[in-house]
Parts: sequence; structure tokens; C-alpha cells
Amino acid sequence: MTTAATATPPGFGEPDAEDLRQADLPPVMPIAIVTLALVVSGGIIVAAQYGRAAHLTIPTVLLGVAAVLLLVNAVLIARISAFAWPVFFRVLGWALLAYCVIAGILEYVFVYDHTPARLLALFSGMLVLFAIDVPLMLAYSVARWQPVDAS
Amino acid sequence: MTDTAVEPTVRTEGPSATEPASTPPPGAGGHGPPPVPSFSIVPVRALPVVAAVLIGLIVAIGSNNLWALTFFHVAGGGLWTSLDLFLGLVLGPIMGSLSIPARVEFTTRFMPKMLLIMPTLVAMTLGAGFQLARHVGNLDASYPHHGWLVASFVVVGIMAVIALGLLEPANLAVLFELKKPQPNGERIGRLMKVFIYTAGITGVLQIATILIMTFLASR
Repeated sequence: MTTAATATPPGFGEPDAEDLRQADLPPVMPIAIVTLALVVSGGIIVAAQYGRAAHLTIPTVLLGVAAVLLLVNAVLIARISAFAWPVFFRVLGWALLAYCVIAGILEYVFVYDHTPARLLALFSGMLVLFAIDVPLMLAYSVARWQPVDAS
Repeated sequence: MTDTAVEPTVRTEGPSATEPASTPPPGAGGHGPPPVPSFSIVPVRALPVVAAVLIGLIVAIGSNNLWALTFFHVAGGGLWTSLDLFLGLVLGPIMGSLSIPARVEFTTRFMPKMLLIMPTLVAMTLGAGFQLARHVGNLDASYPHHGWLVASFVVVGIMAVIALGLLEPANLAVLFELKKPQPNGERIGRLMKVFIYTAGITGVLQIATILIMTFLASR
């Protein structure tokens, strides 16, 4: 590998308006990742108790905290003034569709397996948060690097 | 949208006298960003394949057929693991040594396909795996090696958070960046590093999953 082959072309990759705007954006991604981690943790705790009387206090608390964080994130995003909203909503729409299909398949498994009502309610809540949180992350992570006037 | 990534025609988006957006930045010495081949963010032609796999998965779960569940779980898991390891340990270092135009061209052809392949494999593996474990009784808390199974849940949970929280957003952001009239190469490099490193981390975690699964299968 020669040096010339790895060199960055001049003018390619200099900081642009999107780079400069990053400092003004709220911490959406860390909050969304924590939300996802809480949902996944709750799911693991519930799944680990399969076949015996499940203790649902901790998963319910995790679900509640995750729901609050998701709400906080939605408010933080809504308050961003200069943002590539058309791109955000375009990605959000398609990602919601894709993740609703995935969540739907998992919900189908739980219903098909005659999961007890309380467990099913908890799992359904987790799937709803999952199906909103992941598309939110995808849409935000794309729109944050797009010009404000991008369509 | 159509998947034109494999076509040899190249959409040159470099400097142009008629396009102000393509004008090289000051001090660029007449050089602009490398040409970006025409590509589609979502390879639409592959969507029927994804749909067929997901329908097959639903049928396997609905019929509770042991062979079908094992097939979806083992095939999906094997491909997921191999891809993660290959990406992180083989393709990652190769990509790092490519020239910028070569990296851009490779990325536009490779990343859209990953956008469909990875979620499909994950859905196959986890959906069929959960049902298979339930079907053969491994999921039950009274199963003698239940602790190992829970350990695999934890590993998969960590992988899911890394993949959905870092890997997939980086993948999508790269593709949208490349669609710009003047993509930011430094940003693409940064996002690609996130993609390759997280793929490598999940690949290593996959080895832990393989250890647990082969242990459980041999009991």
C-alpha cells in the first residue's frame, strides 16, 4: 500500500456546517441507548424466569424508567430548532414500519405461546418501546448530519 | 428506489462548472470529493427475499416444526456470527488500508445490502431460537443448565444494544452522507470505524454465544 493511495484528497472531509452544529444538539443518542438497554434488561429478567412464578417488580420499574426516558428524548428532539426535519421524518416512518414488523413477529410468538396476561402486557410494553426507540435513533443519527434545508 | 449499486456506471459528483454545489472548497487545489457511484440506500430488489425469509420464520414458529426452527436458528446464527467476525477481523483492516475512492465505492455497494441482511438474520436467529428453546424445554427455569441459557440472553442483549444503538445508526448515516452532493470523507471514515469496530465487538461476543450454544447442544 503506497502513501498516495491512502492520502485524503484535498478539500475532502473538512469540518462543515453540520459538524459545527453538533455541539448545540441534545444528548439524544446516549439517552436512546440507555432506554434500549433498560428494555433489553427487563426482557432478559422476565425471560430468565420463564416457567416459574415470575417476579415482575424490577422489569416493571425498568419499563417505567425506559418509557420516561423515551418521552424525555421525544421532547428533546421536538425542541431542536435547526434540524433536517423532512429527512428525520422520512427515515423515522420507514424505520417504524420495519421495526413494527419485527416487534409484531415477537408479539406473535408470545401470543402463540399463550404467555400469561401480566407477562404478555409487560412484553408488549417493552416491544412498543423497542419499536419506537430504535427508529428514533436511526432517524436522529441520519438527520443530525444532514443540512437543515435537506429534503 | 432501485438497487443500482452493482451497475458499472458511475455518477460523478465532482467539480462541475454548472453545479455550484460541486465547486471544490477553497484551497482544494482543484480537487473535490471522490466520485460516488450511483446507489440505492435500500436495495428494493432484495425486499421479496427478506419477506420470504420472515414468512418462513412465522410458518416455522406457527407450526412448531423442530427441523424448521432448528434450521432458522442455526442458519441465521451461523451467518450472523460469520458475518460479524468477517467484518470485524478481516474486512475491517482491509477497508482501513484502501484509498478513499475505493472505500467510497466499496461502501456504496456493500452497506445497503448490510442494511437488509443483518436485521433479517437477527430476527431469524432470535425468533426461532426463543421458540426452539421453549419447544425443547431449555427455556424452563427447571432446566439443569438454565444459567447458561440466561448467560446467552445477557450476551445477546449486549450485542443487540451495540448493534441497534451504534452499528445500524452508523450504517444508515454513512449511506445518507454518501447521497450528499459533496460527502464529508472524514465523517464517513469516522462512522465506518464505528461500524467496523462494533461489528468486531459483536463478533467476539458471538464467540461467547457459540461456546454456550455448543455446550448446551452437547448436554
